[in-house]
Amino acid sequence: MDENPALTPETAHMPKREKLVIIGNGMAPGRMLEVLLDLAPEKYDIAIFNAEPRVNYDRILLSPVLSGEKSFEEIIIHGDGWYIDHGITLYKGHKVVEIDRAAKLVRSEHGAVEAYDRLVIATGSLPIIIPVPGATRPGVLTYRDLDDVTAMLLASKSRGDAVVIGGGLLGLEATAGLAEQGMKVTVVHLMPTLMERQLDASAGHLLAKALERRGITVLTGANTKEIMGGTHVTGVRLEDGREIPASLVVMAVGIRPNIALAKQAGIETHRGIIVDEQLRTSDPAIFALGECAEFGGATFGLVAPLYEMAKVLAATLADREAAFAPAATATKLKVTGINLFSAGDFADAPGREEIVLRDAARDVYRRLVLEDDRLVGTVMYGEVSDGVWFFDLIKSGAPVGAMRETLIFGEAYASGAPLDPMAAVAALPDEAEICGCNGVCKGKITAAITSKGLTDLDGVRAHTKASASCGSCTGLVEKLLQLTLGETYLPGKPAGICPCTDLGHGDVRRLIIARELKTIPDVMQALQWKSSGGCAKCRPALNYYLLATWPGEYKDDAQSRFINERVHANIQKDGTYSVVPRMWGGMTSANELRAIADVVDKFAIPAVKVTGGQRIDLLGVRKDDLPAVWRDLNRAGLVSGHAYGKALRTVKTCVGTDWCRFGTQDSTGLGIRLEKFLWGSWTPAKVKLAVSGCPRNCAEATCKDVGVICIDSGYEIHFAGAAGLDIKGTEVLGHAKTEDEALEIIAGLIQLYREQGYYLERIYKWAKRVGTDTIRQLIMEDRERRQALLARFIHAQKFSQTDPWAERAMGAEAHEFSPLADLSRLEAAQ
Amino acid sequence: MSVDMIDIGRVDDVPLRGARLVQTAMGPLAIFRAEDGALYAVDDRCPHKLGPLSQGIVHGHHVTCPLHNLVIDLRSGEALGPEGGCVKTYPIEARAGRILLDVSALRRRGAA
Repeated sequence: MDENPALTPETAHMPKREKLVIIGNGMAPGRMLEVLLDLAPEKYDIAIFNAEPRVNYDRILLSPVLSGEKSFEEIIIHGDGWYIDHGITLYKGHKVVEIDRAAKLVRSEHGAVEAYDRLVIATGSLPIIIPVPGATRPGVLTYRDLDDVTAMLLASKSRGDAVVIGGGLLGLEATAGLAEQGMKVTVVHLMPTLMERQLDASAGHLLAKALERRGITVLTGANTKEIMGGTHVTGVRLEDGREIPASLVVMAVGIRPNIALAKQAGIETHRGIIVDEQLRTSDPAIFALGECAEFGGATFGLVAPLYEMAKVLAATLADREAAFAPAATATKLKVTGINLFSAGDFADAPGREEIVLRDAARDVYRRLVLEDDRLVGTVMYGEVSDGVWFFDLIKSGAPVGAMRETLIFGEAYASGAPLDPMAAVAALPDEAEICGCNGVCKGKITAAITSKGLTDLDGVRAHTKASASCGSCTGLVEKLLQLTLGETYLPGKPAGICPCTDLGHGDVRRLIIARELKTIPDVMQALQWKSSGGCAKCRPALNYYLLATWPGEYKDDAQSRFINERVHANIQKDGTYSVVPRMWGGMTSANELRAIADVVDKFAIPAVKVTGGQRIDLLGVRKDDLPAVWRDLNRAGLVSGHAYGKALRTVKTCVGTDWCRFGTQDSTGLGIRLEKFLWGSWTPAKVKLAVSGCPRNCAEATCKDVGVICIDSGYEIHFAGAAGLDIKGTEVLGHAKTEDEALEIIAGLIQLYREQGYYLERIYKWAKRVGTDTIRQLIMEDRERRQALLARFIHAQKFSQTDPWAERAMGAEAHEFSPLADLSRLEAAQ
Repeated sequence: MSVDMIDIGRVDDVPLRGARLVQTAMGPLAIFRAEDGALYAVDDRCPHKLGPLSQGIVHGHHVTCPLHNLVIDLRSGEALGPEGGCVKTYPIEARAGRILLDVSALRRRGAA
C-alpha cells in the first residue's frame, strides 16, 4: 500500500472516503463488491486480502476444470484489470493473521497492515478431514480450491486408482472429474444412498447406476476406517474389512465455516460467525459474509443464498435498508450427462402428498411434494428442464390445485388454461406416437377402434399392438378408447398388484424377464412404480418374482419378506412364535422326539401340538429363544419345516408297502424322496403334498396342491386340490410308471408353477387361471419342456437348500433376535 | 420441556427398512429406520390388537402390522384406514452414527 498518499488536486477537495477492508476473495465478496460499486462507487477505499495467490474465480466451475471441460482462465470472474479499474488494492497470497479491533487494523502474515472503518470477514470454509488413521498421508487431498484441483489433475496423470470419500455434491463432482481424467474411481459413501441431503432414495439409486455405467464403483453404507500406505497413500480400508487400492484419496465429506480469525479476535461465533440480518457481527464495524457466516442457526454453502447475502451486505454498506432472509434453495449436480435437480423440502411429513412420474425408457424420475395445495419440494432425475419452473412455484408458494392433475408433466403441459388430461389426449394430432415400443400412432388406434368395432383394451392390443409390450401407454390407449367410443366405453378396473402400480402380476413377471430387471429398485423404476418405496403388498411379491427368475443372482431382500419368512417361524397373536421341525414324510424317531421334549422343557414352551401335516408344532416360543431352540433341534438332526413359508410345507404319507396290507408301492419312501428333493424351494404360495399307497387314500392326497395315489401299475399324479377356504378335489395330471418319472413330473409341475404363478396364488387357482388342460399338456405331453423345467428347478435348488435354522443358530441375522438396548433398569433407577 | 437424550446404539444396527426393539420398564419400544434413513420410535403395540409393529414390513414412512395388516404412519403414529387408531411416538434422532432417544418422554409415558 502506498504509505504516503499524495494530496493531488483531485483528492484534495473530495470528502474523505471511508476505508473498507475485506478478508477473503471468494465468490460472495466478489458479488458484494459488484453491487456495492454500483450503489455507492465513491463511498469507500477498498482493500482485499486473498489467501489464495490469485484473482477471484467461480468456485462452482472447479468441477469442469477438473474434468478438463474448462481452463482456469475461463472461470475467472474478476481479472487483475477489474481491481485496477476500480482502484481496489488486492493482496494476493496474503493470509490475514490478526484483527486488532481496538486499533481497527488487520495484519497479514507477510506483514501488510490495513486500517479499516468497516471490515468484512469472508474467510469461507474449510474441508472436513475425517479423523481416521492416515488422514494426513501424502496423496490424500480435499476438494475446495484451485490448488486441490491442480493437485488432483497432477495425480490423475498416473491413470491409477482413486478413492473419493463422500458421495455428496462435491464428492461426486470430484469422482466424475477424476474418472473423466482416466482414473479408476471408487466413491465411498457413509449413507445408504448418494447425495441423501439433496435426493431421495429413488433418485439416488438412478444416480448410482448412471455412475456405475461410467465405470465408477459406488459403495454406499461404507464407513472408512483407515487410509493405508507408507510415505504415500496405497488404499482405503473400510470398517467391514474391505480394502480398496488407491494412489489418490480425495476427502469430500463436507465443509465447516472458517471462523478461526474471527474467534481469535473475540467476535461472537458458534458454528459460524454469528450475524444479524444486515450481516453485522457482534462488533458493529465488522461484517461476515459467505460460508463463514451463521444466520438464524444455519450456515450456507450453496451459491444462491450466498449471493443473496452479498446483495444485502452491499446495500448495508451503502447505508441502505436491506435484510437477509434465506429462501428455498435448489441443487444441480455439475456432471456432464447426468441431470438432476432438487429444490425445497421434499422430506415426507404428515399432511404431505407426493406425485411421482417415472419414465423408465428414458431413466426419468420426478417427484413433487405438496402440502396445503402448494408445492414445497421436488426431486428430479434425467429430465430437469422444468426444474426452474417448479422452483419458482416453490418460492412463490402459489396454490397448484387447479393444475394438479397435470402439474408433474411440467410447464409446457400445465401452463395456460388448466388442461384436463382427456382434453390433452384429444388435442394430440393423428401422427402423435402413442405406443413407443411398437410405433403405433394415435390415428392408427382410433381407426382400428372404429373400423374393427373394438370395445376394450385387449381388442386394441390384439389389432394394433399398442400398449401390448411394456404397457406404459395403457392409460393413453384407454383415453383414446373413451374419446372414440364416448359413454359406451367402460374401462376395466386396473388390476394392479397394489396401489403402487397399474401393472398386474402377469405383466410384472413378464417384464422382469423381458427387461432383465434384477433388483426391486430396478423393477420400480423400469415399471414406473407410483410410490417411492413400494408397500407391504408389492415388495414381497417382487422379492419372490426376482428370486424365482434369477436364482443365484438375485440377493434375497429380508426387509421385503413377511416376518415369518424373515425369522423362519410363525408369529402368533401374542407376538411369540411357533416352531415346526421337518419330519420327512411324516416319519420321526425316539431320538427326535426326545430332542423335542428336551427343548420344550428347557425353554418352557407352553404348547405342543400335532399338526394336520404329520409334524409337531411347538407354540409360544419367545423370539429371543428361537436361535437357541433351533441349535438344540439341529443337534438331533431336525431342520426347519418351512411351516411359515410360501414354500414346500409337508409331504404327508401313509405307511404303504412297508406295513400296510393294501399298500401297492412304497408311499412313505416316495414321500420322503419328494420332500428331500423339493424342500427349501420358494413358491408363489404354500405347497402341500401327500402320497397315498393305494386308492383308499389314507394320506388324503386328493385335496392337496400335489397328490400321488399309488396303484399297481405305478403312480397316479394329481394336482390342484384345495382343503382350506375352498374345498376342491384334485385333477389328474397324469400317470408315471416309476418313482423317477413321478419325481420328474412333480418337480416340472412345481417349477412351472414357480414361473407362472402369481404371488399368493395357490396351485388350484393358478390351474384355474391358465387351464388344467394347458398345464397337463405342458407337463405330460412335452417331455423336452418338462426336462427343461426340471433342470431349472434343480439349478434353483442349489441356492435354496440350506437350513435357515442352522444359519441363524450359528449367528446369522442376529439382529432379528435380540433387542437393540434394554432400558428397563435405567428407567427403574430414576 | 426437559430433554434427556440417551444413546441407545448404532444407527447401522437397525436395518434399513427394518426395526429393532428397545426394552423398557413400560414395555417394548420399536425403533424404525426408513428407506431414506429416517428414524422413528413408537410403542411396539398395534392399536388394533396389540401386534408387535417392529415385526412388520416397513415401506416408505409406514409399517404394516404383521398380525392383521393395519398400516401405521410412523411420522404421526396414526393408523391409516377407516378404523383409525394411534400409536404413541417418541422423540429420536441420529447424531454421528448413534441413535439418541428422549428418555424423558419415556418417563412421561410411565407417569401417564
